[in-house]
Amino acid sequence: MPLVLPIVVPFATAILLKALPYRPTLLRTIAFTGSLGILASAIAILVRVQTDGIQVLQIAGWPAPFGITLVADPFSAMLVVMVGILATAVTAQSFAGVDPRREALGYHPLVHVLLMGVSGAFLTGDIFNLYVWFEVMLIASFVLMVLHRTREQLHAAYVYVTINLIASAVLLTAIGLLYGQAGTLNLADLARVWPERSTPLLDNALSVLFLTAFGIKAALFPLFFWLPASYPAPPPAVGALFAGLLTKVGVYAMIRLFSLVFRNPDAMVYTILLVLSIATMLVGLAGAIAQRNLRRVLSFNLVGHIGFTTVGLALWTPLALAASIFYLLHHMLVITTLFLVSGLFLRQRRTGNLDELGGLWRSNPAVAAIIIIPIFSLAGTPPLSGFLAKLAIVIAAFQARSFVLVAVSLLIGLLTLLSMARVWQQVVWRPAPAPAGQPLRRVDVAPVAGLAALIVGMTIAAGPVFNVSLQAAELLLHPASYVEAVLGGN
Amino acid sequence: MEILLALVSGTLYATGIYLMLKRRLAQLIVGLSMLANASNLLIFTSAGLTRERAPILTGAEAVDGMGAYADPVPQSLVLTAIVIGFGVLAFSLVLAHRVHLSAGTDDVEAITTGET
Repeated sequence: MPLVLPIVVPFATAILLKALPYRPTLLRTIAFTGSLGILASAIAILVRVQTDGIQVLQIAGWPAPFGITLVADPFSAMLVVMVGILATAVTAQSFAGVDPRREALGYHPLVHVLLMGVSGAFLTGDIFNLYVWFEVMLIASFVLMVLHRTREQLHAAYVYVTINLIASAVLLTAIGLLYGQAGTLNLADLARVWPERSTPLLDNALSVLFLTAFGIKAALFPLFFWLPASYPAPPPAVGALFAGLLTKVGVYAMIRLFSLVFRNPDAMVYTILLVLSIATMLVGLAGAIAQRNLRRVLSFNLVGHIGFTTVGLALWTPLALAASIFYLLHHMLVITTLFLVSGLFLRQRRTGNLDELGGLWRSNPAVAAIIIIPIFSLAGTPPLSGFLAKLAIVIAAFQARSFVLVAVSLLIGLLTLLSMARVWQQVVWRPAPAPAGQPLRRVDVAPVAGLAALIVGMTIAAGPVFNVSLQAAELLLHPASYVEAVLGGN
Repeated sequence: MEILLALVSGTLYATGIYLMLKRRLAQLIVGLSMLANASNLLIFTSAGLTRERAPILTGAEAVDGMGAYADPVPQSLVLTAIVIGFGVLAFSLVLAHRVHLSAGTDDVEAITTGET
């Protein structure tokens, strides 16, 4: 039963928030409580998965291949916990103030609808249901992006909406063809019947179609151009939510579907995926170096680091996949924190332009000390979680004898360090070009501080987290127990 | 019949993509809706067409015989996709209208380059 909670809690919260009259403090408190509810139920699921194995819920009691199934294995359980953590941070951020017009127009309910879509996508065991959750998540993100209706947001949303609708059409096409050949939509059932019902031609064609659809959502090269054009436009809290969750759903869906259905690691699509992942890293970081606006720097870094989260699938070894999962978790935390940090500067100086920022060390030494953690964790400086995640990728690439990937990973580590060190130097060390506008209050900094503490926590608990990632990777590469848990051994 | 529907669906994809490449807001929206409809038709066709049978098992027919009843799953998939597509289309129409008002042009090139 707890499996539906990460979906039902945000749904109920969204309805409640929409029904209530506009009283900011009340709405923010309920939104925050709802997020805590998601986090609590997600942790309960993770604990149960760890103690009792894969959790399965057949909705309305329909037996497995016929009804919709919800499944939580270690991979999805960990990601749902991340949804809870990021939701808590982003809704806590709203206590520092949301634009009143935004709030009155339904900012809080939309955030919870988005969270419902993301949790649903992580938990579903049915490919068409996955498409539906994608759409739930997308429509909420469309509206969140344009709530202000500024010129910049409208134009960014236009790019974002168009590319996502194309991705949805491609995904729907691929699902239709998959159903036409396999006659089932249940992922576990697909894993069972696909090898005997497919042909090599169909296998190649469909896997590339799915790669295109999820590649657009995950912002893989060469399908990433929409991301830096759209993510910097909405307010930082919304950008933080998008950056932390939306592209990761694309990565998750790709890993889930490919590890269950397209299980031939010698297939063409894995070579394509490896090349695209490497190209994504290089192009993303090259873009990040060239940008002068903090949120654009972060958006390009986001793109570049997506490559790290997909190489594990391309290499198809337990260690590589575990490294990618660990990277995914680390990256969700860090990039969300950094987008929230960009919100601090926006509040303090009304700009995100690196040339106009500076002097944080003088004006707010405590804040500077806090943001050293996400900045240098993304850069991959030892001993923070980013270093451990990159180290795991490099070791896995060595073991898989993919030396190009080793070289590129190290180069990307260097470029990220360069890009982040420049941010640090400009924002913190340099004397301020102008006196700060508004002072930062505790309530502004609290979510960032909380997330930074979690990054430190993830660094200290890297051993256990990596062990769970390894366990998740083993289950993904050997899906027999997933299939048996869902279908009950028939 | 399958071949005819496959051709129709292919034509819809091609027209949709062509319209989207025209770089005009209105054509883009029409193109997107064509793409959505093409994939709906494709789901319906690829799952196999059954003539003059209801998607209900009455118990009289042999259950395992192909064509004894129409497969209800693609029908419900298409129904779901149409509803979702309708909602998204309505949203993108309003968005296109707003973008047109704020940009003063329906040229996609001008809109996307003006933003950076």
